[in-house]
Amino acid sequence: MLRFLLRRLLWLAITLFTVMTVTFFLMHQVPGGPFSNERALDPAIEANIQKKYHLDWPLWRQYLQYTGPFNLDDERALLPPPDGEGSGGLWRSELEGDRPAKAFGGVLAGDFGPSFKYKDYSVNDIIAQSLPISALLGVLSMMFALSLGVSAGIASALRPGSKLDLSLRLAATGGIALPNFVIAGFMVILFVFLIPLLPVAGWGTIRHMLLPGFCLGLVFAAYIARLTRTGMLEALSSDHIRTAHAKGLSSSTVVMRHALKGGLLPVVSYLGPATAGILTGSLVIESIFFISGTGQHFIRAAINRDYTLAMGVTILFTVLVYVLNTVVDIAYTLLDPRISLEDE
Amino acid sequence: MALSRTLRQAVPVLLLGGLLAAAIWTTRGARLEPADFVFNNGTELQTLDPATVTGQPEGRALRMLLEGLTVSHPRTLEALPGMAESWEVSDDQLVYTFKIRDDAHWTNGDGTRGDRFTAEDFVYSFRRLLDPRTAAQYAYMLWYVKGAKAFTTTVADDGGPALSFDTVGITALDPTTLRIELESPTPFFLSITSFYALFPVSRAGIERAQRLFPDTWEYEWLRPENYCTNGPYRVSFRRVNDRIRFEKNPLYWDADAVAMETVDMLALEQYTTGLNMYLTGECHWIDVPPANVIQRLMPREDFNPRPYLGSYFYRVNCTKPPLDDRRVRRALALSLPRVPIVETITKAGQVPAYGLVPPGIDGYGGARMRRNATFEEDLAEAKELIVEAGYGPGGKELPPIEIHYNTSEAHRDIAEVISDAWAANLGIRTKLRNQEWKVYLDTQARLGYDVSRSAWIGDYADPNTFIDIFLTGGENNKTGWSNADYDRLVAEANRTADPARRFELLSEAEAILMEELPVLPLYYYVTQSTYSPRLGGYHPNVKDEHYPKFWYWMNDEELAEKRAGYPDEGFELVDATGPPKGLYPPRDPRSRTDSSDTNDGPPNGSATTGSDD
Repeated sequence: MLRFLLRRLLWLAITLFTVMTVTFFLMHQVPGGPFSNERALDPAIEANIQKKYHLDWPLWRQYLQYTGPFNLDDERALLPPPDGEGSGGLWRSELEGDRPAKAFGGVLAGDFGPSFKYKDYSVNDIIAQSLPISALLGVLSMMFALSLGVSAGIASALRPGSKLDLSLRLAATGGIALPNFVIAGFMVILFVFLIPLLPVAGWGTIRHMLLPGFCLGLVFAAYIARLTRTGMLEALSSDHIRTAHAKGLSSSTVVMRHALKGGLLPVVSYLGPATAGILTGSLVIESIFFISGTGQHFIRAAINRDYTLAMGVTILFTVLVYVLNTVVDIAYTLLDPRISLEDE
Repeated sequence: MALSRTLRQAVPVLLLGGLLAAAIWTTRGARLEPADFVFNNGTELQTLDPATVTGQPEGRALRMLLEGLTVSHPRTLEALPGMAESWEVSDDQLVYTFKIRDDAHWTNGDGTRGDRFTAEDFVYSFRRLLDPRTAAQYAYMLWYVKGAKAFTTTVADDGGPALSFDTVGITALDPTTLRIELESPTPFFLSITSFYALFPVSRAGIERAQRLFPDTWEYEWLRPENYCTNGPYRVSFRRVNDRIRFEKNPLYWDADAVAMETVDMLALEQYTTGLNMYLTGECHWIDVPPANVIQRLMPREDFNPRPYLGSYFYRVNCTKPPLDDRRVRRALALSLPRVPIVETITKAGQVPAYGLVPPGIDGYGGARMRRNATFEEDLAEAKELIVEAGYGPGGKELPPIEIHYNTSEAHRDIAEVISDAWAANLGIRTKLRNQEWKVYLDTQARLGYDVSRSAWIGDYADPNTFIDIFLTGGENNKTGWSNADYDRLVAEANRTADPARRFELLSEAEAILMEELPVLPLYYYVTQSTYSPRLGGYHPNVKDEHYPKFWYWMNDEELAEKRAGYPDEGFELVDATGPPKGLYPPRDPRSRTDSSDTNDGPPNGSATTGSDD
């Protein structure tokens, strides 16, 4: 187990480094910058802005400044003053006044920098504010997806070919085919305007969370229903289930205790990709229901050329998806004793 | 595995439950007391630093928090006293002397009273705006001041200004007197003093943040708890991409006139969601409704389009044949199907444009492009012009023309209609090319286009804000067009002190532009604000600029009175949503009498849909 985790950690570092580097250089290749605007700037003003945000530096230096851990902004922070006096040591020297120069910065120092577009916030602030909201939305929709999907899947599998099975499968196909903004539109018309039960948008109370959680989870519920059905059909036809029936166990015990465990395996392996889907797919639901989550920043930061925010969110999502996939792999071994992490 | 069975089964439940609990815990306090007034600002703010913002949404927020030398009248936009109690202008229009009010104070981020407000605050703020280290995009708004341009553009090695601020014509003679000396007479200078880039910032607030947060003060001073205000409201809290909650500032000099105690400004980007919130009464004012419902909104009393200081046009790349030929450009301009575009695509009563400067600037006549009596004759002339230029039947084949626009449904629809019209009427082969916003801007600046969609919203109510775009070598020219007479006329106009003569000169310049047509005008904008009929003290105006200090909720009698003023037909009354806590009267009757005589009356669609085609 420990070896497995260490190996995963190493790969995480390699993945992150690659994602970070490729994203950084790709992003700076795209035409337009964070400060290009319909109102073009006077060259002198533009030069001042470029200088302030170090966009006049060569790209490799911007990259090193971004990754850190050393702050290249103030050369005195790196090198001792040429006259050798005015101490401060190698990493920390004194500026005029009593203000110490900032020696460390960048991603490796845990600092994602200031946002270029939302200048009143650092990227760390934005993520700290929006991630819990996204997490709550994600967990809620995952709960919707699992409870709806698994129960529909079991119901289908118990009577394959029945009318119930057919209609559930039809609904699942519909759920996969319909994009979530269409579903959201229907839900808003139904539960806000026709039957005024729920608020139309916003965040704050449980009532605000029901519609977005449901709409975001529905697609995944559909997939889970289909996977559960397949898994359960296979499990129900296996030998140990026949044995269980022969032992005279009640059918509910057989299904819940013996068949479900094997039947859910495909669902568990789907949870990793599903989480990634919920993270990146929340963008649409977040903007329809006016929820200030992280998903929107993923796209908007790229559109705004907000280099630091786009990088920050990309790195965050990389870590999240990677970690969740690892958790899923571990969960797999808990459910299926045949699989061991060491064999990987 | 040594894990016991129960533990194993509990793991997923614990994980999920733990996540849920953690998420709920971190979002606790998300539940809010509803605000007295909620409006949608359309996007998250770039910043609350007046020196580095550039957009209408930021302007709305800053007008709540800070106050400049003057405030615009909510309807006519003339300068009213703000932080300056009164002002004097020298006879040669070069020296403005502002008398700063002596009863105003700064309010600290925590709501306590700060320093007294003095003329020095403006000197500090203007100096900061001009300082190259601030990197202010709108620094040029102050370049009308003597020495200001040189101060910004002469940069020393350390990035700071190389010149002393003494060379700039901004001085505080004493704590209540501010003297500003201009480079040349600038008739619209007073209207610039109410512009948000020229709002003051608190030196004490910034310096306190510098002391407390040596590394991160650049955004720390903008946090609600550190942000000092001198306007009608202060920041209660901010949530990124969600809202700003404003709280009335009781220390504001005119606080008695301010009615709304709390105001929420939403950062909602989806027009449809905004409309939904408006329709369910969760939001009382939206700046733009979705385009596809505009026709259904038109008859409603709460949708009230008015002329807006914005112009939609196509830039033409004047360096590229055949578009370098004035006759070809004129042919393209003549055959634009403007009326179908405003009637079937934009639909909110936009006015077909034959000039660059939109109507609505008092006293400015402007110039329109030459046209024939009917559109058919225009088309006939266009065809002749193409032949005259040596193309079409008997001449060279016209190379295909590419219509360049930024990705958006509305722009695409317009481009398609134009492309069809040019193909059908002039036999021009056209291509559409859409680009993502920033790439589009880049292409436009590099002149990498044939014909490119553009628009311009006036910064101040003066034709110069449109006319000076197309000066030779201007950063926003982006057409490669240059005309010495035009440059001379604009320069002369902006040296002329007599307003009537000045507008004549600018009209002459616009006439040159409409003869040469480096831009093909399409239509003038209208404001599309949709707001609760109960909102008082709110007036549609040509800049769509509003001062929240004048807003209040009408009670039923006032509302009935307002509705009695509507014309007999064509107005669909709608639910007049009010504050969630129920109506309460504004603090001071003054704000109410102020606005009742300026009741903006019935929505008047006909005033904006007049088309002379």
